[in-house]
Amino acid sequence: MAASLRVLRRRIRSTKNIAQITKAMEMVAASRIAKAQARVHAARPYSDEFTHVLTTAAKAGASDHPLLVAREEPSRAGVLVVTSDRGLCGGYNANVLREAERVMRELSDAGKQTSLFVIGGKGVGYFRFRNRETAGKWTGFSEVPDYPNATRAADALTAVFLAGGDETVQRPSDEGEEEGGGSRSTSFVPPEEAEGLEGVDELHVVFTAFNSVASQTVVSRQIAPLELEDDESSEEESSGSSDSGEREAEYEFEPEPEVLFDRLMPKYLRARVFAALLDAAASESAARQRAMKAATDNANDLVDNLTREANQARQAQITQEISEIVGGANALAE
Amino acid sequence: MAEMEVAIVGVEKRLWSGQASFVSARTVEGDIGLLPGHQPMIAALDEAGVVRIDPTDGEAFHAAVFGGFLSVTAESVTILAELAELASEIDVAAARDELQRAEGGGDDVDDTAAAAARARARLRAAGENPGH
Repeated sequence: MAASLRVLRRRIRSTKNIAQITKAMEMVAASRIAKAQARVHAARPYSDEFTHVLTTAAKAGASDHPLLVAREEPSRAGVLVVTSDRGLCGGYNANVLREAERVMRELSDAGKQTSLFVIGGKGVGYFRFRNRETAGKWTGFSEVPDYPNATRAADALTAVFLAGGDETVQRPSDEGEEEGGGSRSTSFVPPEEAEGLEGVDELHVVFTAFNSVASQTVVSRQIAPLELEDDESSEEESSGSSDSGEREAEYEFEPEPEVLFDRLMPKYLRARVFAALLDAAASESAARQRAMKAATDNANDLVDNLTREANQARQAQITQEISEIVGGANALAE
Repeated sequence: MAEMEVAIVGVEKRLWSGQASFVSARTVEGDIGLLPGHQPMIAALDEAGVVRIDPTDGEAFHAAVFGGFLSVTAESVTILAELAELASEIDVAAARDELQRAEGGGDDVDDTAAAAARARARLRAAGENPGH
């Protein structure tokens, strides 16, 4: 019995160590949530306003720019998946990847091919393990993303979107104008890493939206072309007269719409990607905090149980020793 | 006095919002002044420019705005920018250094030209004279 007591004590010690580590990780994640949450809230006006402006412009029929009006017969769609770089965050990545798989299945059922763009080491590893080709991948900033990070990813997306399905991204340096309706000349210069990628007709992003510390939901959104929520807006129109009046008003554009939307498009995608990254970062910390809290609680439960077992073993040992002494004394007395 | 809702919104945060009677900015096509009741408009701003806002209560102020555009409706003006700094937040000394470095020239001509434009916009917004 002495051996098992020693084993139990060792297990208690190591479990306590684990609890200490997970507790520390929990605290770190918890402090990150607050910061990430503040960033999500601070950054929300920009992407909301941006989307609002473009939606209004699209409703006013300002332009048939591909950003505003869906292309006919889309043949290829780009999917941006936002995962974390590190693990130990419960089902966070599994949930995102499951949703990403669902979206891609849906797209391929609709007869569209998919190009995969991945942010975060876990997502990259997931698709590499399955030998799935990724058109672009970015890692190393999932916990504290900044705007330049978003810019890099978004510019690649802009490049493939502007190229259009059935075309590939070409940098202006090696080939000037291109024929066909798919690609167009713009002020936007595709980043080097996007060169040769296949163009897409629509862009989706799959990420974890941060609702509150207690609730995060995986969402997939189409970011380009703009999704116009027709049902909602028609209700709005009937209810608010001033609103509809505003919409009827003629919009003025400087410079002309085609050029303007070409300029706004990369900024818009950056804003949407950045917003998604911030949401994902806050969600990641929240998921990690929850996972680490569960781990700490489990470790503490385990310590309690092991302590009980160790006490029992110790008691049994003492009892045995006493009975041995009594037995020995009795044997001598006879 | 007529007024309109004005907001300067940067990527990371909303810099300023409130009532104002006048906004002036430089778009890619030229300077523009906006009064309440303006025709709805979306305009791209200069890559590095200065915006002036006259709030209904308080002094007029400037802000340096980078990579921005503005959206105007009859009652509101929203300036969206990838980077924006209010005049009061601008570090004049740092901007001067930046300008000097950029004008000193570098390998990448495009980059230094953009940096110089940014530094000049900062100085103009802060009410300094950046020279030429």
